[in-house]
Amino acid sequence: MPPARSYLRELEAESIHVLREAAAMFRKPVILYSIGKDSSVLVHLAMKAFHPAKPPFSFLHVDTTWKFRDMIAFRDRRMAELGLPLIVHVNRDGVERGISPVLHGAAIHTDVMKTEALKQALDLHGFDAAIGGARRDEEPSRAKERVFSLRRAGHRWDPRAQRPEMWHLYNGRLNPGESVRVFPLSNWTELDVWTYIESENIPVVPLYFAARRPVVERDGMLIVVDDDRLPLKPSETPRLGLVRFRTLGCYPLTGAIESSADSIGAIIAELRQARTSERQGRAIDHGSGGSMERKKLEGYF
Amino acid sequence: MTVPTASPSGGLLRLITCGSVDDGKSTLIGRLLLDADVVPEDRLAAAMRNGQRYGAQGGTPDLALLVDGLQAELEQGITIDVGYRFFSTAQRRFIIADTPGHEQYTRNMATGASTADLAVILVDAAKGLLRQTYRHSAIVALMGVRHVVLAVNKMDLVQYSQARFEAIVEAYRPMAEKLGLKEITAIPMSALLGDNVLQPSDVMPWYAGPTLLGHLETVSIEPLDSHPFRLSVQWVTRDGAGFRGYAGTVLGGTVRPGDDITVLPSGARAHVGRIVTYDGDLDIASAGEAVTLTFAEAIDVSRGDVISACDRQPHLSDQFAAHLIWTGEGPMLPGRPYLLRLGTATTTATVSELKHQIDIDTGLSKAAKQLATNEIGFANLSLDHVLPFDIYEDNRETGSFILIDRLTNATVGAGMIRFPLRRASNIRWHSFGIDKSARTAIKGHRPAVLWFTGLSGSGKSTIADGVERRLLAMGRHTYLLDGDNVRHGLNRDLGFTDADRVENIRRVIELAHLMADAGLIVLVSFISPFRAERQLARERLTDDAFLEIFVDAPLAECEQRDPKGLYRKAREGKIRNFTGIDSAYEPPETPDIHLRTAELSVDREVDIVIETLRQRGIFG
Repeated sequence: MPPARSYLRELEAESIHVLREAAAMFRKPVILYSIGKDSSVLVHLAMKAFHPAKPPFSFLHVDTTWKFRDMIAFRDRRMAELGLPLIVHVNRDGVERGISPVLHGAAIHTDVMKTEALKQALDLHGFDAAIGGARRDEEPSRAKERVFSLRRAGHRWDPRAQRPEMWHLYNGRLNPGESVRVFPLSNWTELDVWTYIESENIPVVPLYFAARRPVVERDGMLIVVDDDRLPLKPSETPRLGLVRFRTLGCYPLTGAIESSADSIGAIIAELRQARTSERQGRAIDHGSGGSMERKKLEGYF
Repeated sequence: MTVPTASPSGGLLRLITCGSVDDGKSTLIGRLLLDADVVPEDRLAAAMRNGQRYGAQGGTPDLALLVDGLQAELEQGITIDVGYRFFSTAQRRFIIADTPGHEQYTRNMATGASTADLAVILVDAAKGLLRQTYRHSAIVALMGVRHVVLAVNKMDLVQYSQARFEAIVEAYRPMAEKLGLKEITAIPMSALLGDNVLQPSDVMPWYAGPTLLGHLETVSIEPLDSHPFRLSVQWVTRDGAGFRGYAGTVLGGTVRPGDDITVLPSGARAHVGRIVTYDGDLDIASAGEAVTLTFAEAIDVSRGDVISACDRQPHLSDQFAAHLIWTGEGPMLPGRPYLLRLGTATTTATVSELKHQIDIDTGLSKAAKQLATNEIGFANLSLDHVLPFDIYEDNRETGSFILIDRLTNATVGAGMIRFPLRRASNIRWHSFGIDKSARTAIKGHRPAVLWFTGLSGSGKSTIADGVERRLLAMGRHTYLLDGDNVRHGLNRDLGFTDADRVENIRRVIELAHLMADAGLIVLVSFISPFRAERQLARERLTDDAFLEIFVDAPLAECEQRDPKGLYRKAREGKIRNFTGIDSAYEPPETPDIHLRTAELSVDREVDIVIETLRQRGIFG
């Protein structure tokens, strides 16, 4: 447990509060387990929230069939260790149509094998609340997302008709056909997640750590050649690179980064360093009260 | 520079920024994020691109564009919905609630302020205090945000004038005071240029106070540990092997194993057994911590209950007065039932009375029959069940509630409880489809209340019993309320003081009224010594056939009969306040039936009553 009065302890308590509310309010809540670092934190928090009992949730992995082999191995090992039953859903229709990121591109593959598959699974099992590890810092529009985010019939999100969320009073009331996405990690950042993983010693997929892996460069991304399903172009010869992943998805769509960070501590240091170097690369000097912007403004006047 | 090289050592600070695009609010947030180095390069590049696309100055990232996320926001150059931004320094981790200055401002500002420890209220130094400055301050005060930073922005537009800054601060103080805002820190700054945001300004040497970030890093946020212990039960944890614990977040105070606690609303008491967490049992849990409690004693606890310290318990009532912010699309109508969520409890509630509406731009109250979207009112609420709660000022988590529309399930209102109520005048009457006439129609007679009054031992119960037997034989539907019998149940908590006698009668009147409403002929056999209460009964039961029947026996004769041996005890001083001995009996002046028991047999008296009922048209 993080030290008392530390920000991580506060974030942890807030997330546990949300998980308990979700358990109490919904008929059939499910945790969307995507194997990545955020999911690992989410499952860890769920274990904490209901201790000594097991979390009163179902666990669902939507498998696109293009996950890294290490991810699937980690998934099965981790769920067995925790004693949690996992539902694995694959869009069979998509498989039969031969949908693949290589042949159809990222957009179609993601739409059919992830988005469609998720809706199928939710409808098939009658889940009324899907709990995910998404965070508000991931991208700008996510910052406007609620903790309890209503989905109309057909899983539509209407950003204009979101329910106001005051205090910690969540509204879990649903009309027929409606469901909710619950985001207990809304207020966490990427750095918080790693810091928490370090302090709680939470296992994560080895792909996050730097190792020598066969890579090819494609469209500006470093693609790890995970199995023989990735057809190589004549110009592409896999080379061994010291790489790791910052996020994990389907392997031909997720780029690795050159890194030597082979421990969580090194990853955290790298994240901080990355910010600094990004900053150094910026054109605008804002180090002091007398800045480049001031000059521009003065020129403008 | 502020790039943290280690995790923040302190806790979270939640703040809200209040202002519009014109005040440079988004610019200020953009500046904080940019200078605190949490804007990734790809997003900065996007802001540069968008800056050109949406008309900002070329070559400069439009700082505002770093914080507006929705496409519509980018296109219109406005903030539509409340968004949350994060950054951290070596001291603290910050959560900024960024709320729109224009659209749905009340709803969105209230949302952002509901969890905020601190509010940054932006003022344009060139324009000074505006109507919206008052509005923002009023909402901040209403929502109980204790710390305020008056950010006097765009100082570059007023040549960094100390006089200008001080004039604005001087004008603001009385406004803040009137609103009850106490902790005010005023900072002159230029968000666009960075002066006094992170770095002390070298162009305002006259200002010796903290920079905005310096203040945010060091402002002292009082924890709720000194408050009385509260925990709203979220979930009852059972492991299938005999473990039973109550999971929830500590919402105030602290708790330790062995502490005496009370569970509300039941009032059951117990001792804390263990404070269970995944990381092992705790010796103490403080406000904000998510824990699971066990009790040494087996008591009944479920979701929605509040576990409280035994001393300084929360209020327990089914009515309270509250400020209400209406967020629904349709109007708030007094009398309409809504779902109310308070802590982890849910019940049905109505606004029993809208006291007044508050004009958030002026602070003035005005009479109103309903509230429209984004309007604020002060109202009495009436709940279906008694719930525990605190005054919002004492505890935001246990003193706040939301209202949910029962048809659309939308969150239509948010409230801050100001004080509990216990007055009956705040309950509204609900009308239902089946009424007294419908019930009467299937009975074959009209309902009536026969109110037998007289001294103890005068023969009230004997006559009433005879009347009821006769009515039953005639196939009439009856019920007899006897003074002694009612005191065994409904009124067992009442004694014989004048106040208790009045309450005793009041309850019986209400009970008789309900039974008459159900279509029954109700016989009430009560000494009912005071005219005022019998008058109350007559008035309350005016819509029912009400007959006051005076069972008139001389005191001496009653005392001689003394069927229960009560007069003797009263004479011996063993019973106090006995009617006729040391407490007065006020005989009726114009009873509907006057039975002089010394002159009549019981059968004859019953005949007289039955005949009167027939004459009054109770039955044919």
